[in-house]
Amino acid sequence: MIPWSDLQSTALLGTDRRPLPLDAEDPATALLDLAAIATVRQRAGARPDPAVEIPEPAAPDPRPELPTAASRRLALLLRDRQSSGAAVANLAELLPQWLATARDQGYRATPALVPELLDAARARSELRPDAVTLAGPLGGWLAERNHDWRYVSRTAVQGGQPQTTDQLWHEGLFAERVTHLTRLRRQDPAAARELLRSTWSTERAEDRLLFLDTLQEGLSPADEEFLESALTDRSKNCRAMAAELLSTLPGSALGQRMAERAKAAVRYQDGKLLVTPPAECDAGMQRDGIAPKSPTGRGERAWWLGEVIAATPLALWPQETGCTPAELLALPVKDGWTEDLHEGWARAAVRQGDADWARALLGQVPSSPRPGRQVVQKRQAERTAGAAAKLLAVLPPAERAAWTAGYIAGHGLGEAFQALGACAVPWTPPLSTAVVAALRRTAGSGGYPWSHSGVLGMTERALAPETATAVEELAAEAGADSPWAETFTRLAGTLRFREAMLAELLRPAA
Amino acid sequence: MEERWSTDHVLSLAPDQASRKAAGKLAGPAPWSQTGWAGGALWGLCKGSGSTPYRTVVDLGGPASKCSCPSRKFPCKHGLGLLLLWSGGAELATEAEAPEWAAEWLTARRQPARPSKKAAPADPAAARRRAEQRAARVAAGAQELRLRLTDRVRHGLADQGSTDWSEIAARMVDAQAPGLAGRVRHLSETPPQGQLAEYAMLHLLAGAYGRVGELPEPLAATVRTRVGHTTDTAELLAGPTVRDRWLVLGSRTTGPEGGADGQLTTRRIWLRGAKTGRPALLLSFGRPGTAPDLALPAGTVLEAELAYHPGARPLRAVLAHRHGTPEPAPATPPPGLTPAEAAAAYGEALTEDPWLEHWPTTLAAVVPVLTPEGWRLTDGDHSLPIRPAALPDTALWRLAAISAGHPVTLFGEHGHTGFAPVTAWDSAGQAVAIV
Repeated sequence: MIPWSDLQSTALLGTDRRPLPLDAEDPATALLDLAAIATVRQRAGARPDPAVEIPEPAAPDPRPELPTAASRRLALLLRDRQSSGAAVANLAELLPQWLATARDQGYRATPALVPELLDAARARSELRPDAVTLAGPLGGWLAERNHDWRYVSRTAVQGGQPQTTDQLWHEGLFAERVTHLTRLRRQDPAAARELLRSTWSTERAEDRLLFLDTLQEGLSPADEEFLESALTDRSKNCRAMAAELLSTLPGSALGQRMAERAKAAVRYQDGKLLVTPPAECDAGMQRDGIAPKSPTGRGERAWWLGEVIAATPLALWPQETGCTPAELLALPVKDGWTEDLHEGWARAAVRQGDADWARALLGQVPSSPRPGRQVVQKRQAERTAGAAAKLLAVLPPAERAAWTAGYIAGHGLGEAFQALGACAVPWTPPLSTAVVAALRRTAGSGGYPWSHSGVLGMTERALAPETATAVEELAAEAGADSPWAETFTRLAGTLRFREAMLAELLRPAA
Repeated sequence: MEERWSTDHVLSLAPDQASRKAAGKLAGPAPWSQTGWAGGALWGLCKGSGSTPYRTVVDLGGPASKCSCPSRKFPCKHGLGLLLLWSGGAELATEAEAPEWAAEWLTARRQPARPSKKAAPADPAAARRRAEQRAARVAAGAQELRLRLTDRVRHGLADQGSTDWSEIAARMVDAQAPGLAGRVRHLSETPPQGQLAEYAMLHLLAGAYGRVGELPEPLAATVRTRVGHTTDTAELLAGPTVRDRWLVLGSRTTGPEGGADGQLTTRRIWLRGAKTGRPALLLSFGRPGTAPDLALPAGTVLEAELAYHPGARPLRAVLAHRHGTPEPAPATPPPGLTPAEAAAAYGEALTEDPWLEHWPTTLAAVVPVLTPEGWRLTDGDHSLPIRPAALPDTALWRLAAISAGHPVTLFGEHGHTGFAPVTAWDSAGQAVAIV
């Protein structure tokens, strides 16, 4: 019996050069005969290897598993085949909606799909919180074994596990530390603030900025002292961030200081508002986060005025004048400062989340375009739309949708893009109806779909599925083989698809 | 009423990417009317560009479809579209009687397929002569291969320069021995440390064919099959069949995604007889422009008769006769072996067919574990490696996720290079395709 290693080395060198220790007519044939016997013997006699250690299994997940149909749908969305069984736009676009709905329903993802889910969220960080929530303990268990999914432990999820130690804060990577701070802030705002304070002086400036940002959530008067101290921070951006946070804090000392400056700049007299913008940006103003140089290209005094108004508690104005926000907005303003004053108020309303003011300011937006020169009007409209979108975000969802519907009825879709973006998805039926009506007008007036790709892309994701029938009618009206017919047919297909996908998730689990 | 198929499964039937796209456009309710779903069949009228709608009918048992459209693809976009509409959960009339045009085709299709009496060869003497000529040609090819192999061993395998294996493979094809040709092509891809074993097994096969007349018949049949003789399906159907309730353990489709042009797709479907316990492997091929015509998802059961290809270790079979349509199997994993038993079972299979690379195997209660040396399957007493590169990474993680660190039942192929998983049964006893 010749050992395999000898057969192997002889075969490599060749029997001509290295004879085998056996008496054979043809050494090469003999070698192959022996090797065949050895190979079959080896394969047939192979024993299993020793056991390997079985690691701790994943923690159980008590949530119900996705219903079968929904699980299939998820597979389809994750694999996003362009040819997926429906003439729909882009399935990857529908994934965030699906994930959010599934999460709200309290399901856990089908185990077999968790790896693909984690892969998808690795590539698209906006999906991470929902994907990690749906993956549950199994996702965390898999992520411990696969470096590609390291982000799972750094993703803050609602109702995440309570933190027991601050080890991550002291040893973790930057993203892990932000996550840790965010989670802690949700559970115990004071503890989070104190943790940040404990290492504040040793953090890098760009890190400090993002850590400060986590204090937005759960901001309270208890944070004021810390934020005041940050007004003297080495980093300009940190100072500005601290000032902005303080200006949103009701009753803060910074708000009071700003109110004093505002009172000096704006006086109410004989039913008019007299405006005297600050003459200089003194050390106190700079300390309160106002930049001495205007970054906007507008005059410096106008810039300082705007900064002061934006950081002043809005409650000051009714107190000083006895007028409601709407009345204040209607007051004449001397010397052409109207726009600056109103813009400052709008910024304050957004910062302070003041719905009354936001409502009054939005009431100022003309319900239909003013006649005027095209270019000026377009720029004006874009500015208005941008500001309106920010103000809208302050209003409750239903009111937001109602205002946008009215705006679309007057202005059409062209300018409504930002306002629509501020509305909650899926759009309410009234808003969806307004959008469909506007689409009908747009298609009827001879435009092309590709000039409206922005809004159309949004409708794919946001239009209420109930409007599918109306959109199918639009497709029929548009005339066969026209670009609009194709657009509407696809849109209707997407709506049907979304309708089905949401129904699968909302159906009570059998 | 059977369960609706998944969209993925339906798409796997598409002959090519273009049909998928076209079918996708017909997957909504808009173009369809008079749709129905009953008795294992779907039907409906699909509005095309003309005034008469196309009549489309699908037999889910095949699946097979018929359509009045002129398309030469199979299934056509209307058949696929109808399947997609159904798999997407659309409401179809389920109480309906199939309309006459659909019923007629279905009935004709489901007539027991009587194997046509094999027409006796026009000239038995001529047929025998042809067979003898072929056997002689193959024997000459096998002899030439043996000479080539010993030649290489004389000069040393390390000296690769002089041998053009693709040319030798072509010679084997000319000698009507495609099985030998395939193994020769595989030689050039074998890493050096594995080459001697491959040479030796090829040498053994070529030598065995040289004395195939002296071997016991089952082994002779195995050798002929390995060399590349195929048995005519009609001939198999005329022979004995095995009737059983066949559980589908798994299926794997290889080849170009959706059957790219000019390429063959191969679908393997592994079965296990509930009564006989016998394993079976069905192969179905998709020529360019057609999907493999047979699709049976893992976890279904089909009452049918199979005809096995001859051999010492019968495995490959053809579907001779169906009794009913595939139904979902009860949600319990099939019985399985321990890693130690699986290793022994493969060894035993080799005693009958030494060229077996792997044997279909179900492992009961194993945990997939990622070790520094790769993935392994363990039951706490022993372990088996997962065959390196048998599965893409995603599939390995899918398996890990299904197990979550707990034992699972796993079907796959086990051989001397390790275990290649195909299907896992999850905690609810549902079959999940891994690949």
